[in-house]
Amino acid sequence: MQQLVNTLLGGLTLGMVYAAFALALVLIWRSTRIVNFAQAPMAMVTTFVALRIIEGGHSYWLGFAAALVAGLVLGAVVERVLIRPVEGKAEINAVILTLGLFIVLHALAAVVFGNRYRSFPAAFGIRGIEVGDTTIALTGFGIFTIVAVLVVMGLLVLLFRFTDLGLRMRAAAFNQEVARLLGVRVGRMLTLGWALASLVGSLAGLLIAGGSLVHPGYMDAVVVYGFVAAVLGGLDSPAGAVVGGLLLGLSLSLVSGYVGSQLVALAALAILMAVLLLRPQGLFSQARERRV
Amino acid sequence: MLEVRELSTSYGAVRALQEVTFTAPRGEVTAVLGANGAGKTTLLRTITGLVRAQSGSASYDGRELTRTAPELMPGLGIAHVPEGRGVITELTVEENLRLGGLGRGGRVRPEELERIYELFPALADRRAALAHVLSGGERQMLVLGRALMAEPTVLLLDEPSLGLAPRIVAQLFELLQSLVVEQGLTVLLVEQNARSALSIAHRGVVLSLGRVVVDERADVLAGDDQLRHAYLGF
Ligand SMILES: Nc1ncnc2c1ncn2[C@@H]1O[C@H](COP(=O)(O)OP(=O)(O)OP(=O)(O)O)[C@@H](O)[C@H]1O
Ligand SMILES: [Mg+2]
Repeated sequence: MQQLVNTLLGGLTLGMVYAAFALALVLIWRSTRIVNFAQAPMAMVTTFVALRIIEGGHSYWLGFAAALVAGLVLGAVVERVLIRPVEGKAEINAVILTLGLFIVLHALAAVVFGNRYRSFPAAFGIRGIEVGDTTIALTGFGIFTIVAVLVVMGLLVLLFRFTDLGLRMRAAAFNQEVARLLGVRVGRMLTLGWALASLVGSLAGLLIAGGSLVHPGYMDAVVVYGFVAAVLGGLDSPAGAVVGGLLLGLSLSLVSGYVGSQLVALAALAILMAVLLLRPQGLFSQARERRV
Repeated sequence: MLEVRELSTSYGAVRALQEVTFTAPRGEVTAVLGANGAGKTTLLRTITGLVRAQSGSASYDGRELTRTAPELMPGLGIAHVPEGRGVITELTVEENLRLGGLGRGGRVRPEELERIYELFPALADRRAALAHVLSGGERQMLVLGRALMAEPTVLLLDEPSLGLAPRIVAQLFELLQSLVVEQGLTVLLVEQNARSALSIAHRGVVLSLGRVVVDERADVLAGDDQLRHAYLGF
């Protein structure tokens, strides 16, 4: 019983991070139909920015905030400089550019920050909380992870559902031409979308890094899980990405706890294949027609 | 007054518009007719800048439009309802309408939405529904209502009757006519359905292979058997 609770708690925490990462992928996919393969190294770079600041003697929170801002800026710059010039061309061009960016950021990080493993601090305790005389697998940092992701998701929901800017962003994502004719500055909306996605990716990066080791490739496995979670939820649906992330986190945690941790990557692949075969539109996408 | 002067547009080697010239007077409906591929859609898209003009101009009250970005059109009072209607199906009915109002700049007031719901009561019952569930006729009302939210002075409509039952088309055109009378709208009405279009239009411009072949008063055009047979097929 205790093992099950612990496994599920671990899965929940991990699932929240996958959810955030999947959300970052979905935000970009639904507006530009691009899978941003560079999402992981972009998050990695911003985590190293945080690490520099923290190692320079500043507080964890300053580093945390700086990484998020760096994520925002990096996302906007990538869209403007790299993606915009190939807008309207075959989507494969942009996808290949993000793959290129993946390699470039890796190489740059290795040069600037070094290629070794370094420990990244956590804001809160990373030891299990004690309930009575047993310790459960929920840490202070785990709670922070869950809350942070929930807060960011809540803010995104508020932005997209209840503000004029959010309405413009959605219009630009769903139908660029009609949005333009209605006065929406589509280019700006796409830049903002990339910036926000990159910020969410950075958050995921910081949460993965907290209390563990970072190196230029530390996010690369997460991008795979984030992608599986996004596909699980239906690439088009932000809510689906969140549910997909949670489901994946819980499933992988169960596999790791009861079957064997070496099988986690295989299990993720099996889930991906099952979804693609049985319900390619994802669990939560209603697979709406896109245009009339 | 909407003035189109020697407007030419090409898609590579395809010359879709060749020195098209005509004017659409303020407060009138000008029907743009012609066979499939005549260049009607291209004409509207060139006017609002979705397609780059090769040469010539289109201006409204002296303000050049073809070299102005499409996203500035609502601010100039120009509303373009594209072919195939352009409902954003992933948004709700009300979100589509609000979006129309945002184009003008500033916030959307509830009264403005109510005014549209009064005009199209069918939309009022579906305001929270995704536009995806609307019928063809309801979608046409939605895009027209959305265009009106920006309080335009010029309406460019690309085949609004496409796929609608004759009774709905009649209702739609009647409403359009009353809007023109009440609000002094300038309307460029692209239509395949020449007979209906001419019944509410003041003028008819017929395009053929990218050129203006007829520019005539609507009643004259509709009453001239030779012209009708040659270009309009009714
Ligand atoms: N994007 C494009 N690329 C290349 N050629 C195009 C493009 N759009 C239109 N054309 C060509 O330009 C010509 C005019 O097309 P347009 O769509 O303006 O005609 P239309 O009068 O609106 O026809 P319909 O009544 O069928 O809607 C046609 O020969 C068409 O094939
Ligand atoms: Mg057309």
